[in-house]
Amino acid sequence: MDWSFIGAHVPDYLEGAWVTLRFGLYGVLCSLAVGVLCCLVRYFRIPVLRQVAAGYVELARNTPLLVQLFFLYAGLPRVGIRLSAEACAVIGLTFLGGGYMAEAFRSGLDAVDRSQAEAGACIGLTPAQNIRYVIFPQALATAVPAVFANVIFLIKETSVFSVLAMMDLMNVADTLRTGGGRTVEVLFMLAAAYLLILLPVSVAATLVERRLRYAGFGDSRPV
Amino acid sequence: MSEPILRVQDIRKSFDGSGVLRGVSLEIREGEVVVIVGPSGCGKSTLLRCINGLETIDSGEIRLHNEVISGRKKDLHLVRQKIGMVFQSYDLFPHMKVMDNLLLGPVRALGRPREEVEKEALQMLDRVGLREKADVYPRTLSGGQKQRVALVRAMLMNPELLLLDEITAALDPEMVSEVLNVVIDLARGGMTMAIVTHEMRFAEAVADRILFLEDGVILEESDPETFFHSPKTERAARFLQSFTYASRRDGAEKQSKNNPQG
Repeated sequence: MDWSFIGAHVPDYLEGAWVTLRFGLYGVLCSLAVGVLCCLVRYFRIPVLRQVAAGYVELARNTPLLVQLFFLYAGLPRVGIRLSAEACAVIGLTFLGGGYMAEAFRSGLDAVDRSQAEAGACIGLTPAQNIRYVIFPQALATAVPAVFANVIFLIKETSVFSVLAMMDLMNVADTLRTGGGRTVEVLFMLAAAYLLILLPVSVAATLVERRLRYAGFGDSRPV
Repeated sequence: MSEPILRVQDIRKSFDGSGVLRGVSLEIREGEVVVIVGPSGCGKSTLLRCINGLETIDSGEIRLHNEVISGRKKDLHLVRQKIGMVFQSYDLFPHMKVMDNLLLGPVRALGRPREEVEKEALQMLDRVGLREKADVYPRTLSGGQKQRVALVRAMLMNPELLLLDEITAALDPEMVSEVLNVVIDLARGGMTMAIVTHEMRFAEAVADRILFLEDGVILEESDPETFFHSPKTERAARFLQSFTYASRRDGAEKQSKNNPQG
C-alpha cells in the first residue's frame, strides 16, 4: 500500500465526497417530500392522483437509476428539454428515491390502526391535524428503519452520477485509477470514503430508532 | 319541554345490501341519558357511528340543534367537536402521555390555551382518581384506567352530547364498575348521553329512557322501570330473560317438592 499516494490524493477524494454528499442529500430530501406526498395521496384515496402515484411507485422501483438518468440526460434533450448534469442527478435520484420512500411510509401508515384515526376524528381534529398529530408520528416510528435503509441506499446509488461526468467519489476514483494505475490504493480509498460517509448515517439510524421507540410508545425503556 | 339536542329521523343504513338500520328515529333532550340495548348485530353501534358521521347514512336525516349534520363531508370536525364518542377499545394515542392525550383536542381542535386546559384536565383526572397518571404513557395503564382517561378526553371537549359505544365490553369484570361509576357521575352532572351497553343493571341505573333495538328497528321505547320489569314486547322480554339464569338449587327444590318421598 502506497501511503504517500493515498495522502497526496486525500483532497481529491474530499472534493468527490462533497459532491456525493451534497447531491445525495438533495436527492434524499426531495425523495422524502415526494414519498410523503405519494403516500398521503394514497392514504386519503384521492381519485386519479392515487392511481398516478401507484403507477409512479412501480415505475420508480422497477427501473434502474442508470436508465432513468440516461432518459433525463440524453432523452429529454431530444424533445427540447436540456437540463444540467446536476439537475439530472437530483431529479433522477428523487424519482428513484420517491418511490422507495412512498413504500416505506405506506408500510408505516398501514401499521397504524384505523381506529386511531377515528379516535382523532372524534375529538374534532381536522383530517390534516389528525394526520399530523395522531397518525403520522405513529407511522413514522414504524417506517424509520425502512426510511434510513433507503437513505443509505440512495447515497450509494449516487455512484452512478459519474456517467453524467459529475466529479463524485466514483468518478474521482475512476479518473485516478485509469490515470495512475494504482488500483488497490484507489479502490481502498473509495471504499473508505463511502464508509466514512455512511457509517454515521447508520449510527444515527440506530439512535433515532431507539429514541422514537422510547418517545413513541413509552416501552422498552431500560428500567 | 326543552327542544331536543339531537333529532334522528328515519335513518337507514345497509352494508353490502343487508339493512343494518331500517328506519330509526329518536330524539334526545338536554341532560337526558338514553340507553340503547339489544342483541348483538342489531345495529346499536352503527346507530352511534352514524350520529357523529363515522358512517354515512343511506337515507334519513340527523339534526343537531335543528341543524342538519348528516350527509356532510366538509366541516365534519366541527360537528364532532360537539359530539364526543368513546369506544370499546379506548383508542388512546399510544405515542402520547396521558396529559397530551387529553390536551390534543381542546388545544389543537378548539384552539384553547394550554395552561387553562391543563388545569381542567388535572381536575377531571382527579375526579376519576387518576391524577397521578398524567405523566405516564397509556400502555402502563390497566383497561379500566385507559377507559377512564378516554372518558376524560372526550369530556374535555365540553361536548353537547356524548356517545358511549360498549365502553366496558373489553374490560375485565372487576374493572367494569370503576368505569361505569364515572359515567353515572357524568349523568348526575347533567351530561347528555347516548349509551350502548350490555350491562343491564348499569342501564337500569343510569337511563332516563331505554331503546330496545332489534334488527335495525326500535322495537320498544320506555322508561327503565317499565322496560326491565314489564317489557311491552315479547321479544324484549326474551332478550332480558337471556341475562338471568335459573339457579341449580331452585331446580332441585322444585324437584323435591314434586317428589316428596324422594
